[in-house]
Amino acid sequence: MDMVAGKVKMTQQSVNSTMNPIDALERPIRLTARDVTVHYGAKQALHGISIDIPDRAVTSFIGPSGCGKSTFLRCINRMNDTIEGAKVGGTIKLDGDDIYDPNLDVVELRARIGMVFQKPNPFPKSIYENVAYGPKIHGLARSKTDMDEIVVSSLRKAGLFEEVKDRLNEPGTGLSGGQQQRLCIARAIAVGPEVILMDEPCSALDPIATAIIEELIDELRENYTIVIVTHSMQQAARVSQRTAFFHLGNLIEEGVTEDIFTNPVNKQTQDYIMGRIG
Amino acid sequence: MTATVSNTHLSSIERTKLIRASLTRRNLSEKIFRGLGLAAVVLALGFVALLFIDVGRKGIPAFTQSNLHLSVNFDPAIIGVEPAPVQAAGQSDADFQAANLKWQRDVAMLNWNKVIEASLRTMVPAGVEITSKDLLTIAETDARHEVRERFVADPSLLGQTVDIDVLASANAANWIKGNIDRSLPDSQQQLSAPARAVIDTMVANGKISNGFSWSIFTNVDSRSAPASAGLLGAFVGTLYMMLIVIVLAVPIGVASAIYLEEFAPKSKLTDFIEVNINNLAAVPSIVFGLLGAAAFINYMHLPISAPIVGGLVLTLMTLPTIIIATRGALLGVSPALRQAALGMGASKTQMVFHHVLPVTFPSILTATILGVAHALGETAPLLLIGMKAFVASVPVTPFDQATALPVQIYLWQGNENRNFFEPRTAAAIIVLLMVMICLNGVAIYLRSRLEKRA
Repeated sequence: MDMVAGKVKMTQQSVNSTMNPIDALERPIRLTARDVTVHYGAKQALHGISIDIPDRAVTSFIGPSGCGKSTFLRCINRMNDTIEGAKVGGTIKLDGDDIYDPNLDVVELRARIGMVFQKPNPFPKSIYENVAYGPKIHGLARSKTDMDEIVVSSLRKAGLFEEVKDRLNEPGTGLSGGQQQRLCIARAIAVGPEVILMDEPCSALDPIATAIIEELIDELRENYTIVIVTHSMQQAARVSQRTAFFHLGNLIEEGVTEDIFTNPVNKQTQDYIMGRIG
Repeated sequence: MTATVSNTHLSSIERTKLIRASLTRRNLSEKIFRGLGLAAVVLALGFVALLFIDVGRKGIPAFTQSNLHLSVNFDPAIIGVEPAPVQAAGQSDADFQAANLKWQRDVAMLNWNKVIEASLRTMVPAGVEITSKDLLTIAETDARHEVRERFVADPSLLGQTVDIDVLASANAANWIKGNIDRSLPDSQQQLSAPARAVIDTMVANGKISNGFSWSIFTNVDSRSAPASAGLLGAFVGTLYMMLIVIVLAVPIGVASAIYLEEFAPKSKLTDFIEVNINNLAAVPSIVFGLLGAAAFINYMHLPISAPIVGGLVLTLMTLPTIIIATRGALLGVSPALRQAALGMGASKTQMVFHHVLPVTFPSILTATILGVAHALGETAPLLLIGMKAFVASVPVTPFDQATALPVQIYLWQGNENRNFFEPRTAAAIIVLLMVMICLNGVAIYLRSRLEKRA
């Protein structure tokens, strides 16, 4: 952690939920983005984003549709590389290492930065195979017993094990939407990432499944750095310690969640939170 | 506010009326469309049914053959060969071999038609005068081989009388099965009047009967003995070609599709390749035949009329179909699955082979089998690489001369003995259709199985 430049302040009081008990401590910075720009062909989607993301805390990105929050999230594990004609500028550092370094293998990066998508997208394979896939391709399990352990502990951490322990060999696509999303989280955890990116993970789920996932996110932040994109300001307020507001490809304001929601500095942030932009 | 104005100038009753009026119109156009669709389907099914009924009506009788039940007397007076040599004590092997060879040559040189003629002569009814030439037109020309082989296999038959079934000639079969108009005058009949009389007597005496024609499946094509002509050579030729197409076109086609769709950088070159593949799929098959003749036979000196060349030509013809179908299937895979794999840190190759390909496998398989089935029925390119030659042997390797089922149909269709070969052609069509149906059945079975598993 020596190379980390600074620390980010976490608040001392809760916003309006008991779910994010506030860490009194200051967290070291895990991810640093400086002047990140993204062009899709001739269209510029991001205009110089600079942000620090703290270790083992939840940072949420909010903003109206098309504001660039998902685009920025996808820069962090270089998923934009897969989009034809996308060009990324600026630097993003994970623990001080530039993730856009040409010598860095994107496969290794994605093993360190996992991702959960908007729509649950389990592989059309069994529950076991879904979770075992990551460890398998990265060669993390030395034996079948190792693998079983990884699968069970990942499912446990994702709060899914009790529900599926009797049907690990049944297809993951047969689960309910909320279960599928937790399976995707288990799948991401199984590789042992340091950062988990979540792109509107609850937008396709019902309120009960959403509540379960939110609770899970709150538990996971003990061990993982989590970045979540969400459309729901309530969700951002409930699960995150820091919030960043994006608008039209710019990072408008960024800070402790409670401050953003109760005392935004920027007029645009205020308008959005009050429901005047959307 | 403008929207409210335009809506309020109609009363709600007027609006309902307008909607009802348009509803009648819409319902009518839907009915017309449905009716036309149904008519099209009925028409298409009608033609298919007509085809099947016609082919079946003509072809099914060809699966029976007319057999002559002859009592053949191996009369020493006619046969006139020494008894088969037996190795005497003290005789050297070489001497015995030489004696045996001489005996076999003598047997082969004999005119076995005389034996058959004698046998047939016993069945000529009283009062019918018939020349030996006319009498022999009743039995197929390969009957003498049958009789000779019996004798070679068992030389002790000399002097005995045995029952041997031989094939009736094609013309006799026409007469027996009624394929030829019996009221035609003598000048237009293929058999002489006495021969026809003998046949009728033999049928009446139960000396001629119809049986299932296994020889269609076990014999090769024949011109000298058309009644014994079979499909085996063409069938094996087709089988070899299918094997070559499957072994070459499937891996090459699927691999190129995967490369083009998933890995190739988008550039002018790949665009050019893509356009060309699409065009190749529309190239008439006979052009592929010309290409095959020029490239494989003239330039690479592969044998003419061989399944290897046919297989290669059909491979070239099938490749665009498989590539286009595979690319379509790959394109249809949801981006969510790709993202899931990439997000887990799978490399592009792992994403394609672990996730994308298994999902598309059923559709690739179906497209492939349909492509192969299409190639199976292709005739035109084969004509240009010499596969329409008359080949009376079963190809042992793909480098031997052979024909193919559709070409055999073409050849039989052109045979001058129309009365006999029209049903034969229909029978060959039935066999070809059966092979096609089997292939399609395999495709459907595999598809449903794989889809259940996925």
